[in-house]
Amino acid sequence: MKEMQKEAKDVSHYGEFGGQYIPETLMNELKNVANAYNKYKDDPDFLKELHDLLNNYANRPSLLYYADKMTKDLGGAKIYLKREDLNHTGAHKINNVIGQALIAKRMGKTRLIAETGAGQHGVATATIAALFGMKCEIFMGKVDTDRQKLNVYRMQLLGAKVHPITSGSMVLKDAVNAALQNWASRIDDTFYVLGSAVGPYPFPEMVHDFQSVISKESKAQILEAEGRLPDAVVACVGGGSNAIGSFAEYIDDKDVELIGCEAAGKGVDTDQTAATIERGSVGIFHGMKSLFLQNDDGQIDQVYSISAGLDYPGVGPEHARLAELKRAKYVGITDDEAVNAFEYIAKTEGIIAAIESCHALAYVMKLAPTMSKDKIIICTVSGRGDKDVASIAKYRGVDIDE
Amino acid sequence: MSNLKEVFANKKAFIPFVVADDPDIETTVANVLTLAQNGADIVELGIPFSDPVADGPVIQKADLRAFKADVNTNVVFEIVEKIRQKSSVPIVFLTYLNIPFKYGYDKFCQRCQELDISGLVIPDAPIEEQCELKPYAEKYGVDLIPLIAPTSADRIEKIAQSATGFIYVVSSLGVTGVRDELAIQQLSETIERIKKVTDVPAAIGFGIHSSEQAGKLATIADGIIIGSAVVQIVADGGDVQKNLGEYALSIKDAISVKA
Repeated sequence: MKEMQKEAKDVSHYGEFGGQYIPETLMNELKNVANAYNKYKDDPDFLKELHDLLNNYANRPSLLYYADKMTKDLGGAKIYLKREDLNHTGAHKINNVIGQALIAKRMGKTRLIAETGAGQHGVATATIAALFGMKCEIFMGKVDTDRQKLNVYRMQLLGAKVHPITSGSMVLKDAVNAALQNWASRIDDTFYVLGSAVGPYPFPEMVHDFQSVISKESKAQILEAEGRLPDAVVACVGGGSNAIGSFAEYIDDKDVELIGCEAAGKGVDTDQTAATIERGSVGIFHGMKSLFLQNDDGQIDQVYSISAGLDYPGVGPEHARLAELKRAKYVGITDDEAVNAFEYIAKTEGIIAAIESCHALAYVMKLAPTMSKDKIIICTVSGRGDKDVASIAKYRGVDIDE
Repeated sequence: MSNLKEVFANKKAFIPFVVADDPDIETTVANVLTLAQNGADIVELGIPFSDPVADGPVIQKADLRAFKADVNTNVVFEIVEKIRQKSSVPIVFLTYLNIPFKYGYDKFCQRCQELDISGLVIPDAPIEEQCELKPYAEKYGVDLIPLIAPTSADRIEKIAQSATGFIYVVSSLGVTGVRDELAIQQLSETIERIKKVTDVPAAIGFGIHSSEQAGKLATIADGIIIGSAVVQIVADGGDVQKNLGEYALSIKDAISVKA
């Protein structure tokens, strides 16, 4: 009850998590972003433009597809796939980018910057920047520009400049550092389009709201198809943007189990993992208090996953809160399990899903057989896997000429 | 509250910055002692963080050298213990909030008091987020040094009013396209606004390299903080003690003339 009161009073926190742990240089600008967001989020003109772009440009609503073959093969619960992979640009990231870019436009900004891991958020940002006629620069760890070359070139084709980041471990966390630094040095014309449910307030809230379109749709779609709510909703979690969007509308429906799938890398108990909620501890980083993989001194760990999109040492503050309240459950999926799911869903359903999403699918493969045939699972396929084909081939020791 | 404010009485303070354990414990101890003997009024000691988002490339590299030497929070306290055997120069820590958070705010501030650490500069703890740390800082007499940035605007008065120790005024020097004269005019206005609401000293830092710049800025501020230029001298190697000593004297001389 005490926590509830705190939450009611303080919009920037989720229990003890969240906040605005950010250099003074950015504090006024964060306030400007929050003010603009609160001003426009219920504004009819803003919502009209948002929904028009979501429906007529990004291809929403996305399908809720009944995976009949997968359901029969696994022999348990009915499996529905929420097909965010069918969105324009091939992932859920576009939902949030359209929303934030519309806020940026209303704030008079002319330049969008973004961090990206797998490249999906970078591609989405570059796409909307092109559509809106805005300048765009993307920050991406050098390790990720190497393993996601296709997405790098896509961003360049869309007119964006891609900065490979060579500091730190050269992955997503370092890209966020670089994007924050760049934003601090150029707030006049620049809006930082944060792609994950992380960072200082109001970013986790904006990402939650703009991604909640996923569960708003899936709820209506499952009621239409089955006449009832699902028993479980499953999504992958790096920072947690598609998961929070997939969970949002079900959080108050206590009978719907919410399951986030983290990247366990080589295993949750190894040091080559990115399973933040299972292995992490409370800390303060990237503008928020949340759970992080870190050592006893508070130095942030260099994490590992085959998936560039889940290769992040922290998690969004709302997920940390949902885990603490045991409202959502978080499980680790290894590289091996995710790659197996990548091949399984391709052969079974004819869907090449992003390696990130395959962490969620891998858990569904374990979960569905343990549930009876009258149960229902919704699994979010957060993105398509074309970008991953080369690295999966490499993982399997197959040499393909890119 | 610490004795930091007194340091600024009747003089312009020179506040150099070094990264703890860059490149090893003994060198850091020697560097701090050399700076203290050659005009440093307060030494700012950096506790390295894995992801120093508010620091530039020179300091990031120094952090990496310190990590190579296996720096951790207890090693930094050990360095201060060694310094304290020979010098009572006022010291403030610069670090990121996760470091004291993980150490435990109570235990961290208590260690600071035991080692006569006067204050903490924490770039990712704006005043809104200091409420958890503040009770412990006050309990052990450690000042939380707030930062005021070129973008602080209407926040200047609010920050200045609650400040103790000194105020770290971030210059826009070194930011692409900002000319020194322009930066100085803006800084001057900022400091005027600070002075209207508090008598806590205001020191300017960020982007200051030369004794000319330091001298000019000393006409409007109570103190000058120099980070990267000092850290670069350590990085360059050679006779570091001699070079640091000469550099410190030249800065101290440049800012003292104006006092």
